[in-house]
Amino acid sequence: MTESIRVKIVLLITVLTILLLSGCSTIPKQTADTQPPLRQFDEVVQIEDGAKGEVQVSDPLEGFNRGVYRFNYYFDKFIFLPIVNVYTFIMPDYAEDRVSNFIDNIYEFTNFTNNLLQLKFKETGITLARFAINTTVGVAGLWDPATSMNIRRQPEDFGQTLGHYGVGNGPYLVLPVLGPSNLRDTTGLVADMVAFNYAYSQVENGWMEDNDIKLIFSAVTAVDKRKRQPFRYHGTGSPFEYDLVRTLYTSMRQVQVEH
Amino acid sequence: MRKIFLLVLTFLVTCSLVGPAVAKKPYFFPYVNPYEATVMEVPAVYEAKLPEKVPTKVFRIHPFPERKTPDVFWYDQGLECSLVYQKDEAPLIFIIAGTGARYNSPKMIHMQKAFYQAGYHVISISSPTYSSFVINASKSMLPGYLYDDAEDLYRAMGLALDKVKSKIKVTDFYLTGYSLGGIQSAYVSLLDETEKKFNFKRVLLVNPPASLYNSVSRLDKLLDGNIPGGIKNLNVWYQDLLKSFSSLYAEMGYFDLSGDFIYKAYKRRPPREDFLASLVGLSFALSSADMMFTADVMRGGGYITQKNVKMNNSTSLTPYMMVGIRTGFTDYFHEYFYPYFHAKDPDLTEQQLIDQLSLNHIEKYLRSSKKIGLLHNQDDIIMEPGEVDYLHGVFGDRAQIYPTGGHCGNMNHPDVVRFMVNFFDGQEG
Repeated sequence: MTESIRVKIVLLITVLTILLLSGCSTIPKQTADTQPPLRQFDEVVQIEDGAKGEVQVSDPLEGFNRGVYRFNYYFDKFIFLPIVNVYTFIMPDYAEDRVSNFIDNIYEFTNFTNNLLQLKFKETGITLARFAINTTVGVAGLWDPATSMNIRRQPEDFGQTLGHYGVGNGPYLVLPVLGPSNLRDTTGLVADMVAFNYAYSQVENGWMEDNDIKLIFSAVTAVDKRKRQPFRYHGTGSPFEYDLVRTLYTSMRQVQVEH
Repeated sequence: MRKIFLLVLTFLVTCSLVGPAVAKKPYFFPYVNPYEATVMEVPAVYEAKLPEKVPTKVFRIHPFPERKTPDVFWYDQGLECSLVYQKDEAPLIFIIAGTGARYNSPKMIHMQKAFYQAGYHVISISSPTYSSFVINASKSMLPGYLYDDAEDLYRAMGLALDKVKSKIKVTDFYLTGYSLGGIQSAYVSLLDETEKKFNFKRVLLVNPPASLYNSVSRLDKLLDGNIPGGIKNLNVWYQDLLKSFSSLYAEMGYFDLSGDFIYKAYKRRPPREDFLASLVGLSFALSSADMMFTADVMRGGGYITQKNVKMNNSTSLTPYMMVGIRTGFTDYFHEYFYPYFHAKDPDLTEQQLIDQLSLNHIEKYLRSSKKIGLLHNQDDIIMEPGEVDYLHGVFGDRAQIYPTGGHCGNMNHPDVVRFMVNFFDGQEG
């Protein structure tokens, strides 16, 4: 086992090195023999001046992003997913669901603060009610009786809050391990994390004071999150998967911000 | 006393005779509009009950091991196939995916589960139009010619079986496929008559096109013809789509993509038909973009990519994708596909090639071969008027035609699943 992990780490470093050494040009390399195609972009694609095409997203770092996308593919394949597989192999499905609920309940904090910051008082109230019900009736959040009572989660994060107040996406970013994002949402992610850590460190005699437990909690959260995300890098088999993911991520966030 | 006994007996016999007929509910599908049926997920009550997990092994085959994969497809390491297996000896069914679909697309997974539940091993093969199939398993790397596709599929099926032979015990072979995979199944079956590697016992074509050209012409028109102002307004249309998602989210208070949610939303506000039609068109346009780009790169470029350029993992493919979306299957046929065959045979006309790409072309075989059956929907949107009736005539009592279901929309309906399984078990639907 340790041997195979070592092999994987070496492999990962190799991949990273190749990634850094390889240039990030997004334009295909032309040679003296290069000939234009029958169907050329300028003739086939007609878009009104100033408008963006359906799959065009501001992506000035595209070369770098595509490299990170590739890195994530290998990271998933050789490190992240094997860990997730061990986790799901060891844990009974029932226990996995309890873990998921527990984590979701703790992170209601983020939904609460961001609903409040957007002055969505009804949603803030719902989030508070969910937390109260699930923490008590749902035994510290292990179960989610609130949803069965039709009190649904009101997901909001700081990226959405920024968007709500008119902050634009900024350039698209593919984050190592975490995947698709953009400058605004990455900022949001960091802000939420800082706020969360601060809040839970204030809880007196809170279990978050113990560094070991904190570490385990973060690790389990990461594994649980990956487990619940069915997306697999290059699982679609489409040569345009990067473009599709970029478009869908941006669209999804747009819908979430507007909500 | 004896009379009473006889009376009771008669009553019981009548009941047992009438019983099943009365108990069998008539076919009902919740979406009457064929575009709705094709696009929308159905609520769980209209879906067959299938096992949640089935024992599956995913593996790769390399039909042309000496072929070098271009850098731009760096993630491709061979054609993935899957085996769903029984512990004991069992018949094996091959299933071929529809246009652009992979071995584990949702429809394929449903079929795998249904046949597993019925006691079959299942080997799933991605569509010859699927990018990885073009890269690894297509000899000409130019998908769409049914005889060539059938040879490629046959080769892939043989290699797939070789890979898993030691793991399973097989009694007989069966074959099915949906949509493009349906018409390809017919040609694979025809090839098997001479190659005799599998000697398929039964073959079922699910929602196959009668004529490839007719069906792709219809699909091409769905996108361009249903976007207000045509395809040049695709970006505007897409933004409208997002707005309607937003307002749906606001109205429902939550959002997911389950059949139950979609049906609830549909009940509140049925989407317009032109919108659904353009959605079907877009889905096919994305598949065709994948296929054309892959075929073009594999064959050295010149159609939508430049000849003699080097692409790698950081090359931006967005411009090619946008050209691909705007290049219909019919454009591909006239500008790229036909010229290739015309160069090989200067006497071949476009019309002759179009005629070859059909079930009509092998009608004699379909009429005479009693092992081939047909499952279709009267309102299938990929069919020209009269084509379903034509196929009904060819297959006669080996055809099962449902009144509604659109294009493959009802494949997971309990009645349809039962029909498919019974067909292979050799029972009447």
